[in-house]
Amino acid sequence: MRSEQRSEPSVKTAPRLRLATRMRERPEVPLAIALFIVIVGGWELIVRLANIPPIIVPAPSSVLLSLIDSLQSPRFLADLGITFFETMAGFALGAASGLILGALIGQFPLLERTLYPYVVAFQTIPKVAVAPIIVIWFGYGVSSKVVITATIAFFPVLANTIVGLRATPADQLELLLAYTADRWQVFWKVKVYQALPYIFVGLDVAIVLSIIGAIVGEFVGSQAGLGYLIMQRNFSMDMAGTFSILVVLSIMGMVLHAGVQFVQRKVVYWMEPTHDWTMGA
Amino acid sequence: MSPTARPDLAAGATAAPQALIQVEALDKLYRSRFGAPTEALKQINFDVADGEFVTIVGPSGCGKSTLLKILTGTLGKTSGRIAMRGREIDGPSRELGIVFQAPVLLPWRTILDNVMLPIEIHRRDRPQFEERARALLKLVGLQDFAAKYPRELSGGMQQRVGICRALVHDPALLLMDEPFGALDAMTREQMNIELLRIWSENRKTVILVTHSIPEAVFLADRVIVMSPRPGRIAEIIRVDLPRPRALTMINSSDFGRYVEVIRAHFSAAGGID
Repeated sequence: MRSEQRSEPSVKTAPRLRLATRMRERPEVPLAIALFIVIVGGWELIVRLANIPPIIVPAPSSVLLSLIDSLQSPRFLADLGITFFETMAGFALGAASGLILGALIGQFPLLERTLYPYVVAFQTIPKVAVAPIIVIWFGYGVSSKVVITATIAFFPVLANTIVGLRATPADQLELLLAYTADRWQVFWKVKVYQALPYIFVGLDVAIVLSIIGAIVGEFVGSQAGLGYLIMQRNFSMDMAGTFSILVVLSIMGMVLHAGVQFVQRKVVYWMEPTHDWTMGA
Repeated sequence: MSPTARPDLAAGATAAPQALIQVEALDKLYRSRFGAPTEALKQINFDVADGEFVTIVGPSGCGKSTLLKILTGTLGKTSGRIAMRGREIDGPSRELGIVFQAPVLLPWRTILDNVMLPIEIHRRDRPQFEERARALLKLVGLQDFAAKYPRELSGGMQQRVGICRALVHDPALLLMDEPFGALDAMTREQMNIELLRIWSENRKTVILVTHSIPEAVFLADRVIVMSPRPGRIAEIIRVDLPRPRALTMINSSDFGRYVEVIRAHFSAAGGID
């Protein structure tokens, strides 16, 4: 938006020129599109020319056809809905637990010293390895996937909440104390606000991990969901179908990531948005 | 210390009888894990009268900021006594307004809400004080910025907001720790004039720490000159320049004499402003 305002004089010129201006201002956009075309086109070309069997690597075109097919099937949409629900419910449960425990640990140092070794021990256990146990405890339905997802989403939110609550600059703490603020006034009037950008980094990492949690849970034992469908299609050698689910999962991840970023910009309104580097976690 | 070099300056060790603040035999030791403890302040004694403007000046490391932190109650003293209207104070007090070196505005609050922070912390009646907050913003020329956020204001404007915040709860004493140190010279002079105007309209008692000798003289009824290692009061000088003060006074010979006397302390101690 801002870049358009800056190029105001070119508004009346031909659209072709405006496109050229935009390309000069954001050269990464055409480059990214070009890269996509080269990779997907090259992939299509190699698969066709080398005559690679579709049960090893499917051509992008057949992935696309399978995707269109899937999206018209109510069964597929139901699976998508289940996985989406598991992701969101597990994320909500894990993030809420992480926030509450993080706030308590941040506010009571004794609690931190007591609990933190256990929290770290919990985090060092690979959640994938625990997933079969959770499925036995919570059954083959949705609830076990929600719990598995929550255990994965929990830690990044917890850790970032603790770090964020410590991030308040000394001069702001001194200001509040000098004006006779008590411990909880310091917490609600300053620490929470200072922690929010950190918490959103945690939420952003957690929401992407939540998809992994839901899929892993479905791999371990389920009767529905996209993870279940991947297993099924893989078993029937439907490679294009499996790939099309990966496309759907990737789009879901990007949409959820964008959603967190959107909420962050609304909530942390006083800050310039941080650069989008949190995906790497 | 030779009396011949001195103009006839009135000795300023004691304030008027109705002292608002009394500091007696104040010591501050910083204990370090290795080696001997550092004496940051040694035998600090002074009074501040109601309505008086006192500045504390000294080279860096003389303990002037330590002294102010002890007065704000955010830093403990080692020994000695600080009393306000005869009652000993130990720890933060609602009777204080504090302006820091940096404005320290909370970026998620509007300017008005930043000014209202002490009212919120003290859990006082918001509507009643909001009127006062707006009046203070008007006093410093920021009435149109009440709904803006700190990042939209310049450094000088932010520091003005900090002053409004320090005055909103009508404190008995205003403590200022090098409040204009981060501002450029021109803005700084303007802010000095403005501070004196606010002071004359509110008649608050002010203790202001600075490392600028001219600023200390320009603002003060009395200047407390400190010397380092250990932080002690070298002299307390009464400034008998007429009020209201104008920037042109800085070039007067009377003003120059006060500056000279203070500077002599620093060159003797080997410290440069």
